[in-house]
Formats: sequence, C-alpha cells, structure tokens
Amino acid sequence: MRTTSRRQFLKLLGATGAGLLAGRPCAARGAGTVNNDELGMLYDATRCVGCKACMAACKRVNRDSGGLAYERAPFDQDKLWDAPADLSGNTRTLIKLYKGPQNRWSYIKYSCMHCQEPSCVSVCPVSAMTKDKATGIVDYDKNKCIGCRYCQIACPFSIPRFQWERKAPQIVKCDLCRNTNLRGKGLPACAEVCPTGAITFGRRGDLLRDARGRIEANGGRYVNYVYGEHEVGGTNHLYLAGVPFPRLGLPRLPAEAPAEFSERIQHTIYKGFIAPVALYGMLCIIALRNRKKRESKGIQEEEE
Amino acid sequence: MREHEHSKEFVRVHSPILTKPFYFFLALSLVGVYFIILRFVRGIGAVSNLSDGYPWGIWIAYDVATGTAIACGGYAVAILVYIRNRWQYHPLIRSAILTSLFGYCLAGFSVMVDIGRPWNAYGFFMPSRWQPNSAMFEVALCIMGYCVVQIIEFFPSLLCVLEHSKLKWLQKAIYHFHPRHTPQDEALVRTTVEWVHSATAWFHPKFNTILIFIVALGLVLPTMHQSSLGSLMLIAPTKLHPLWHTGFLPLLFLINCMYMGYAIVILESLVSSYLLKREYEVEELSGLAHIIPWLAAVWLAVRLGDLIQRDQVALVFKGDKYSLFFLLEFLLLAGGSLLLFESKRWRSPRWLFATAVMMLLGGALYRFNVYLIGFIPGTGWRYFPSFAELMISVGIVSIEILGYQVLIKFLPVLPNPHMHRDIAHVKPPKAAEAVARA
Ligand code: SF4
Ligand code: SF4
Repeated sequence: MRTTSRRQFLKLLGATGAGLLAGRPCAARGAGTVNNDELGMLYDATRCVGCKACMAACKRVNRDSGGLAYERAPFDQDKLWDAPADLSGNTRTLIKLYKGPQNRWSYIKYSCMHCQEPSCVSVCPVSAMTKDKATGIVDYDKNKCIGCRYCQIACPFSIPRFQWERKAPQIVKCDLCRNTNLRGKGLPACAEVCPTGAITFGRRGDLLRDARGRIEANGGRYVNYVYGEHEVGGTNHLYLAGVPFPRLGLPRLPAEAPAEFSERIQHTIYKGFIAPVALYGMLCIIALRNRKKRESKGIQEEEE
Repeated sequence: MREHEHSKEFVRVHSPILTKPFYFFLALSLVGVYFIILRFVRGIGAVSNLSDGYPWGIWIAYDVATGTAIACGGYAVAILVYIRNRWQYHPLIRSAILTSLFGYCLAGFSVMVDIGRPWNAYGFFMPSRWQPNSAMFEVALCIMGYCVVQIIEFFPSLLCVLEHSKLKWLQKAIYHFHPRHTPQDEALVRTTVEWVHSATAWFHPKFNTILIFIVALGLVLPTMHQSSLGSLMLIAPTKLHPLWHTGFLPLLFLINCMYMGYAIVILESLVSSYLLKREYEVEELSGLAHIIPWLAAVWLAVRLGDLIQRDQVALVFKGDKYSLFFLLEFLLLAGGSLLLFESKRWRSPRWLFATAVMMLLGGALYRFNVYLIGFIPGTGWRYFPSFAELMISVGIVSIEILGYQVLIKFLPVLPNPHMHRDIAHVKPPKAAEAVARA
C-alpha cells in the first residue's frame, strides 16, 4: 500500500516536473516514439512526370492565405510567367529534374517534411510554428511570428523561406493546405491534381505500408529505402525514388531528432527552474555575507 | 557628509564634449542610421546579403552574439566585487556597467532591426505564446530583464548627481513651466530643490540596502542568457561544422563571455586612461589580468577534451577553411592566456593591451565561427555582408562609443584617480603585492 502511494507520488512529481519544463506538448514526447496516425504524403519520384500541376495548384489555392506572389524570371518583361527556381518566399513546393548518369533521370518534389519532432516548432520563441496534436500538421501563424528566422536556421531540410524583398515579410512553407484545400476537399491541392498518382495523401502508417508494398512488388524500380521513415525522428512526408536520395537533394540525416538533443540539454539545465533559482539564492547569500564582512572591517561602501 | 565622501570614489570627466572623435563617431552613427531607415523602408533583402541559406548574418553574429559578450565587463567585474569580495575592484564597476548597459541595449536594438516582423515582438509578454523549449525565448527574456537590472544598477550615479548638483535644470524647468515666477518667488524654487535633495538623501541609503538583491539578479541573468546564446546552435547538428557543434556549447559560451568581459574592462580602462591622459589603473588591471588565463585554460581544456571525446581531432589538421579558422581562434586564445600566465606582464600596460586584444579577438572569433563561419546550410549558399549591412553594425557600435563619451562627461562614472590610489595603498591586490615583493 505504501509503495503504491509513493509510486503515485513520484509519478505526480514527475508529471508536474515534465509539465513545468516542457511547457508545451510539442516537446517532451518520448524519444523514438512515432505517431503513425498523423497525416502525411507519399511522393513516388518514379511515378512523377514533372508536369508541375502540383506547383500550379499549390499557388492557385494558397496564394491569398499564404501571401504568395508569382516569381518573375529575368526574361519575363510582361509578367506572364511564374518561374520559381527554388523554394522561396513565394513558393511552397517545387519540382526539379535531376539528370543523373546513364539516363537515370528523376523528378523530385520539395516541400515541408512535416517532421514528427519538428526543429522549427522547437525553436520558435513565440509559438508561431506549431504542430497540430491530432493531424501532426506543422503550421505557421504570421500574426505571431516576429521574423527572427530561427526556424530557418533549425530546419535540417532548409524548408522555411523568408520574404526578403518585402516590407512586411513572413515565413513561407507548406502546411498541407490546412487552411485551404484540406479544409474544403479533405486533401492537399497537390495530391488532388496529380494526374499520375505520384502523390498519395493519408495517414503515415498507411503510407508506409503502401511504400513498402511498392518496393516489394517492384524491386528493380526503387532504391530499397523509404526516405523520411527514420530521418530526424521520422517525417510525415515520405519519399520513394529510383535514384539515391542524397543525389536528389534530400540530405543524409541522423535518426535522432535535433530537437530531442537540444531540448534534453536545455531541460537538464533548467529542470523545473531549480538551478537558476538556487543560483540566485546562493549569490544573494554570498553577496550579503561579503557586505557584512566589509562593514565589520569598517570599509564604508556604496553598493552598485 | 558620508554620502559626499562616497561620491568621490567616482568622478565626472571635465573636458569638452564636442571633440573631434565626437564628430567622427557622430558621422558614422548617422550613416548607420541612414541605412537602418533604408532597411525599414525597403525591406531586409534590399540592404543585406542575407538569404534563406544564411538567414543570420553579422547583425546576429556580431551585434548580438559577440556584442553582448564584449558587454560582459559589468558581469565579470560584479562577480569579482560582490561574490569574490574583492572590493578593490569597485572603482572599475561603474564604467563597466555603463558599457554593458550600452552594449546590451544596442544588441536589443539591432535585434529589432534584424527581425522581420518586430511589431509582433509583444508576443514575448504573452504567456500563451511562450515557448520555453526555444533557447531564443530565454535569451530574449533574459536580455530584456538584464537591461532593466543594469539601469537600476546605474541609479546610484544618477542619485549622486541629484544630491549634489544645484539642479539648475530643475530651476530652469520650473521657470519655464511657470513663466509668471519672478525672482521673488525664488523661495519656492529653493524649497523644491531642497526637497529633491533631501528626498534623494533619504532614498539613497535605502536603495543601497536592496541593491544587493538586484546585483545578484544581474549575475544570474547573464549566466543564463550567455549560456543560452550557445544553446541557440544546439539545434543545428547537421548544419554547424563538427569542430564547433557540441553539447558543451552553453558552457563554452558562458566561460567565453567571462574572459572576454575581463579583457574588455582592461582594454577600456587602458584606452580611456590613454585618451583622457589619466594615470593607468595598473593595480586593478593586473588583478584582472591574473584571472583571465585561468578561465581561458578551463575553456581550452573543455574545448579540446570535447574534440577528443567526439573523435574530431583530425578535422583540426585538415587544412581546409574550417581548420584554419579553428587554429586561428585557438592560437589567439592559447597565446593570449599563455602570455598572461607570466606575472611580470600584468603590470605592463603594453602587454596588458596586447593580451587583452588577443583574448577579445579570439573570443569574438569563436562566436563568429559558431554563428557564421562554421555554419554550412548546404551547397549553393554563400554569404558575405553587404556594405549597408556592415555600416548598420558600424553605426550601432559608433552610437555606443558616442554615448559612452558623452555620459562620462555628465555623470560620475570613471574612478577618481586620487581617491582610489589611496584605496589601492591600503589594500593592494594580492597579485600586485607579490609582484612588488619580487
Ligand atoms: S521539414 Fe523543416 S519546416 Fe518542415 S516540419 Fe520539419 S523542421 Fe519544420
Ligand atoms: S521566424 Fe517566425 S516562425 Fe520562424 S522561428 Fe522566428 S518567430 Fe518562429
């Protein structure tokens, strides 16, 4: 009986401690646990034909809500074209063509990976980047953002982009059409318009199973690896391809989430805010005692 | 009477304000202000070379990360005086706090120039938006808190002025707002002035009693945010070069700001003594110089031990850009502290100057390496600050120097050369004593 109550007490203590130091649910998620119920996308590079319908749909649908403009090319006198060369403050998703040796060509699509443990959310000082608990969507709120660009520093995929040329700039990145297409039609615009089925939208667990199935059924076609399954603690945006991923611009990354590492250190230092308070108390005591010493020595002083 | 005696520990500098250096720094400041205005009118991209790969440039690496370390003089001296009970360093404290205050306020200001949506910064005061996992959240709150603490710490010099001046400006103000006052009404003015005098005289000792708690806060806050400045880069293990990315970043940044703090106090004192043609404060400075190599030795030990433990020593000798910058940083710091291990150099202003500069450059380079040079966002990204970017940083530093120049002529900040020589005679620092005997 006594042991149970003590255990309960310890549990309670642990919970309050964790609550204090985590502050927000985004952090203290057990290391290595992956929530396969979150929403994500599977992009199959071998099915993509590079039509860029997804890019067009993304801008059409999110132009207003995402503050996106058209990217002008140098040749474009008449402002007729949208010609982004890279992800940018106006472009949330982009298709590129990789021309490998021996005609190993492959299209590749870039957009936010919707990490299981997003670095961008972990570092944002004012909670402008958030991860939705139920859907796992990493969303951005320009009305909270101070524009410090720490999320850009932190993201291992260099996904968030900043509107450098604007007076009231904001961060731009994919939010799975959370506020637009997903709300109205139940899936992101890019997945809706893709004519070849290269983009599949769904729960992460289902997508993973689907991806493994495709590799098994079609061994020669794919690199035997699902990119995003383990990278930085797992991402909800998954990739299949026929060309090694680093060549497609998807970096080789460790399995540990950077946020896990940094938060572990930060939490060790600031556990329950005990260390700073203790330090303050100690300093006060030492300083007071030193003052007494000086006074007893008869040195008159003026504090500063 | 007692108060009056004390106020003599510090004196105002009696020399004209509008000197040549004043105009020089004024000009630089104005250029900086021009570009700052341009930045707000035309956007960050228009004035800077920042990009999505290098979202942080010299405004963060210099003005914030390095600037606040250089401004750690107040922190470093306060540790000595209040915690290690070395009262003989007290004469240095006001000027140290003044430079710290300037350094931190301007770091805060340059953050406002740097961030893209400063109008949302009020979010730091809304608990619903707090994000304690973010090192930047902590840095921001601590720096704001520290600015307030330092302003309070600076009150005594204002109080001294209030107590002892004739308050001409107050009299003038009264005449200005009550134009009907004729000289016959002077009695009223006199009572007002007397009232102010007695009020400050009453307030000053009370204030001194509680000040120690604020001083302690002024030690905790820099400890927190200086280490967190290192934590900021913990999140980028894949982007920060392995020579610099380590779990010890917070500790390294903390120690780094301490020896830089002592070095800047030495440098500042030497330079202002030289320029204002005052006697060098060799006694105090030699004491500070004596601490630096020990701190640096601990720092270097952590740094090397960490590289060995992470098995990254080979990178040091790779001969690429990164190993060169590492070696430069290392040589400056190891060289400076080795020189300072020899006690005869503590009393030579020349050596003090040279070693302080080495420690500052080395320490600053370390911070630059972590924030810029060792930061590798991926292929295809390049960064070198634009002219406008540089001028904004130069302008901000000029404003700092300008403010310091002006304030030491208005407020009793610098140590009184006569008074504190006496103190030094009564209680010479141990180190100095040893040297004298040798
Ligand atoms: S890919 Fe980058 S921006 Fe997207 S959730 Fe992960 S860390 Fe955030
Ligand atoms: S730029 Fe905005 S979203 Fe990114 S970390 Fe800073 S405040 Fe958060």
